[in-house]
Order: sequence, then structure tokens, then C-alpha cells
Amino acid sequence: MRPQSRLAPRILIGLAVIATLLMIVVPLVYIFAAAFAQGWRVYAQNILDPLTLHAIWLTVLVALIVVPVNIAFGVAAAWAIARFRFPGRSLLMTAIEIPFSISPIIAGICYLLLYGRQGYLGPWLEAHDIQILFALPGIVLVTLFVTSPFVAREVLPLMQAQGSEQEQAAVTLGASGWQIFRRVTLPNIRWALLYGAVLCTARAVGEFGGVSVVSGSIRGQTNTLPLHVELLFNDLNITGAFAAASTLTLIAVVTLLLKSVLEGRAR
Amino acid sequence: MTITITGMSKSFDATQVLRGIDLKVEDGELLALLGPSGSGKTTLLRIIAGLDWPDAGQLVVAGQDWLALPAQKRRIGFVFQQYALFPHMNVRDNIAFGLTVRPRAERPSQAEIDATVDNLLTLLQIDHLAQRFPSQLSGGQRQRVALGRALAIQPSVLLLDEPFGALDAAIRRDLRRWLREVHEKTGSTTIFVTHDQEEAFELADRVVVMGDGEISQIGTADEIYDHPASAFVAQFMGAVIALPVTLRGGRAMAPGLDASALPACTEADGPGTLYLRPDSIMLDPDPASPWAVTRRDSTGTDLRLVLTDPQGAQIDVDLPRRGAPTIALGDRLRLRPLWGAMFSEGAPLAADPIQLSA
Repeated sequence: MRPQSRLAPRILIGLAVIATLLMIVVPLVYIFAAAFAQGWRVYAQNILDPLTLHAIWLTVLVALIVVPVNIAFGVAAAWAIARFRFPGRSLLMTAIEIPFSISPIIAGICYLLLYGRQGYLGPWLEAHDIQILFALPGIVLVTLFVTSPFVAREVLPLMQAQGSEQEQAAVTLGASGWQIFRRVTLPNIRWALLYGAVLCTARAVGEFGGVSVVSGSIRGQTNTLPLHVELLFNDLNITGAFAAASTLTLIAVVTLLLKSVLEGRAR
Repeated sequence: MTITITGMSKSFDATQVLRGIDLKVEDGELLALLGPSGSGKTTLLRIIAGLDWPDAGQLVVAGQDWLALPAQKRRIGFVFQQYALFPHMNVRDNIAFGLTVRPRAERPSQAEIDATVDNLLTLLQIDHLAQRFPSQLSGGQRQRVALGRALAIQPSVLLLDEPFGALDAAIRRDLRRWLREVHEKTGSTTIFVTHDQEEAFELADRVVVMGDGEISQIGTADEIYDHPASAFVAQFMGAVIALPVTLRGGRAMAPGLDASALPACTEADGPGTLYLRPDSIMLDPDPASPWAVTRRDSTGTDLRLVLTDPQGAQIDVDLPRRGAPTIALGDRLRLRPLWGAMFSEGAPLAADPIQLSA
């Protein structure tokens, strides 16, 4: 290799490292630096603030509802698309992709128009005393919408690549539908499924735009963690905002680690 | 179990893959479905297994209507071309699968399951692989595990789709002999699909030759080889040379052809076609013959010759190199086929030349 050809890769790698430092590592470190700027005690006080604790609880609760629902939906949709030919199949494939291409805030506004007081279903819901907007159901619905592609998108390519011969073999050996799913299909997709679930969790925990429209950000009631960070920031409680942000970051980092471990297992 | 198939037809969209199949398989028989790809043989096998359903026709096994029975209830052993082993289970669990999924009332005890699996591992000569996973096995070993998994449920019928298609030639030969032995020990009615005529003839009691969704001929290896029922069957037996001849009194005549070694046929007099295999033609020097050697290659064991006549028609001839007469480019030679099949004009012909290698 000629000597000058080594220079170009070094410059490119150097640029990539600098860009990563500036855009990802420094801000991440800064979140924790700012959160701990006034010492452990103030940090703990901020985290243990009842409103912050409630925001953490609400965020976890939403994830606990959304992720299992999306796992069920994702596996069912992927199975249907991979194994069967039916009218509307390509429509379903497109529909699963829609949340990726639509800004979450549009989803939020759609729900607002649909379930709001002036919306199509608003009067009926009000008459039956069902509260969807500015309450948990609204937050869950929007988060479901935004995260619905994650599991299906991870599982579908794997199911298509593996084909249905193993399932057919199980049929000829006398296995029932449920036995085939539990003992043949599920073990084959388990890593992709977990991987999709991890991505789905990360997205559900971090969702801001769509939730901010439908939740109303009522402190101690409908304020999720990302919304809470923004409120604290607007209150000029910088340390509090960064403390809350540090918990979100921690969740994200753990998710990231899980994801890379699972990626390794999946291969 | 006796399998009786009557008037079976099946279409995928606009393509008709089975056109009125009638077939009876005797109890304990080892039967081959032989045909080129697209002949419908795999579809027929899948219908017997319950993985596909026909548009018309009947499937009766041991007096029972199997089309009313889901695949789970048929107790068939099906061996897939790509084996379809469960990658997350070891060999032992793969083989035991069919027993462990039985409803609790019918399920054998764990000790019985273990004993069955142990017996099969011994029968299949894979005792030492019991704890391995499919990804750690060679193709031939996977094939044995797939067969073991199918045999574990003591199938009423054993079905194999291209059982040796994914293996190389040396292993194929071993496994063929071994499958024959396994069949003799278990005695279950066995049907296998193949596109390899050598495999079909060596292994099967009877061979069913299929082409274009129909049964072209049923018979033993010798019957089909000596008396191919149609030009399609002849071509599929490797008779890829189609020589235009004149038939008279059951004998083929053409310039440069000495058909005296061929038995007389019952075809009508007139123009016809003689189908020949490149490896069953002897060559004699004859200056009057129109066939001249235009190419001569040696593979070490065989001579590969191309003969051309003045009209530009070409035929391939393969001779064993040892003991072959000295042949040089430009020599004029007379064809003396040792085997061939004659059909008069108007006899059904296969539309396309058959590809024997997959």
C-alpha cells in the first residue's frame, strides 16, 4: 500500500470520532455533570420529589402496558404476513410502516380530533363518562401508535427467511397450533422478538411529541418523564430537569446495552 | 397401509399441476415418484401428507378417507428436502418431538420415549450425536435425524421429498443403501420423490414416472428401461438423442445406422424417431456413413465424441476410453445402438428436452 493512502482513512476516522464526541458523548456526560452539579443531596432531593416520582411511575406504567400489547400485535401481524396470502396483506404491511413516517405529533392531533370534546367520538364518550384524553388511556393509545412497528418489523424478516417448513414438519408430527407456536415458532424468533421489545420499550419511555398533545401535562397526574423534564426546564429548575433527564438517560443506556447483547445472540 | 388415489387434480392459480392421477400403493411397498421439476410429484406427496389439498379426487388409506383428516391425525412421517429440523433442539429432542406433543392421555412415559429414541439412534447409527444441535451436523447426519424424527411416531406411511437432493454423490450412495435397509426393518409403506432416475431405480420396488401433472408410466426399473411408454419417458431415461428414422416392420432404418442390436418394436411403419443414450452407442468404421467425427474430447475414463452429418445435425456419443477403437477427427462411423426406444410420427412427444441434472 502506498504511504499517502493511509492518511485519508485516518482523517476520516478522526472526523467520525470528533463528531461522535461532540454530538453524543459530551451531551451525555453533561447531563450527569449538570444533574450532580449541586451534589448528591440535591440530586436525590430532585429525584425523590413526589412529582418526579409520579412521572417515573407513569412512564414505567405506560411502557408496561404498551410493550406486551405490541409484542402480541407484532407477532400476530408478522405471522399473518409471513405465513398466509390474504386480501389486504400488502395494505397491512404498509399500515405497519405508517407510524415510522408520520410525525408523532400528528398522531396526537388525530387522537385529539377523534376523542376530543369537539371530536367525532367526544360527545358519546362524554355521555358514557369515559375519559380518554388528558388521562392514561390517551397516553397509552398514542404511545401504542408510535411504537407499533418495532416488534413486527424485527420479527417479520426472520419469519419470512425461515419459511414454514419447520412448522409443517411439526404439523405432520401431530403438534397442535398452540404447540407449534410455543415449541417451534417462538424459539426461532425469540431473540428478534426481545430485540424488538427492547427498541419498543426505549421508544415508549422516550416518546414526547404525541404524548404532549394528548396528556395535557397535568403534574402528578398525566405528566410522563419526558414531559416532566420540559416542565422543570421551563420552571428554570435546571438541576431538577437534568436530574429527571438523567433517569431517562439511564433507561436509554441500559436499553442500548441490552440491545447490543441481544444483537450478538440473534446472529 | 394401502394407499388408493383416484382422479386427483390440483391447480395453483392458472397452472394445473395434477391432471387426474390414479395410483395404488401396496402395503409395505417402497415407491418412487420420478419426474422433472414441475411434474407435480412433490404436490402429490404433499397431498398425501395433508400439507396440500386437491381440487378433485379421492385419497383413501387403509379404507379411511384421508381428505377428511387433518395432517395431525394422519400419522405420517414426512422428511423434507431441507430436513426442516428444529434448530433450537438437540438431536434427541428433535427425534422425540412427535411423541412429546401427543395429548397427555396418549403420550408415552418419559422412560418409553427415551427408549424409543435410543432405539432409533442405534438404528440410524447416530448414537454419538444425541446431544448435538442441527447446526453442528453434516448434511448426511441431518438427513438421518430427519428420518429418525419421522420414524419416531411409528408412521403409517413414510413420505420423503427429494431425500438425497442436497447431498453429494458419495454420501447419496451410502444413504440409499442404508434407507433400503431401514425400510426392510420397519416395513412401513414408503413413497419418495426424486428427479434422479438412478436413485429411483436403485431404491424403489416400483417407479412412477410423472410428467406435466400426469403419470407417464408405472413399473419396475427393468420394465421402464426396456419398454419406455412414451418419448417423454425415454428422454427422461437419458435418451436425449432424437434420431429421425424410417420404421419398417418394427425396425428402424437410417443412413449410417445399424439397429440390428435393438429388439423390434410394434410401432406403425413410416417416419419415426429413435431415442438413444449417448453412452449406449457402439461405433464401427464405415466410409459410406454420413456421420463424421467433428470433436473428440477425453475425460480420462471416457471419450466424448460429437458426430456431425452433412446436413449439420449433431449427436453426442460417450465411449469408455479403454478398449475403444482408435478414433480420429474426420473418421466416418456407423452407429450401432445397444439400447433405444422407437416411436412413430404422431406418438406423444415431450415438448422440451429434459434436464436430468438439478
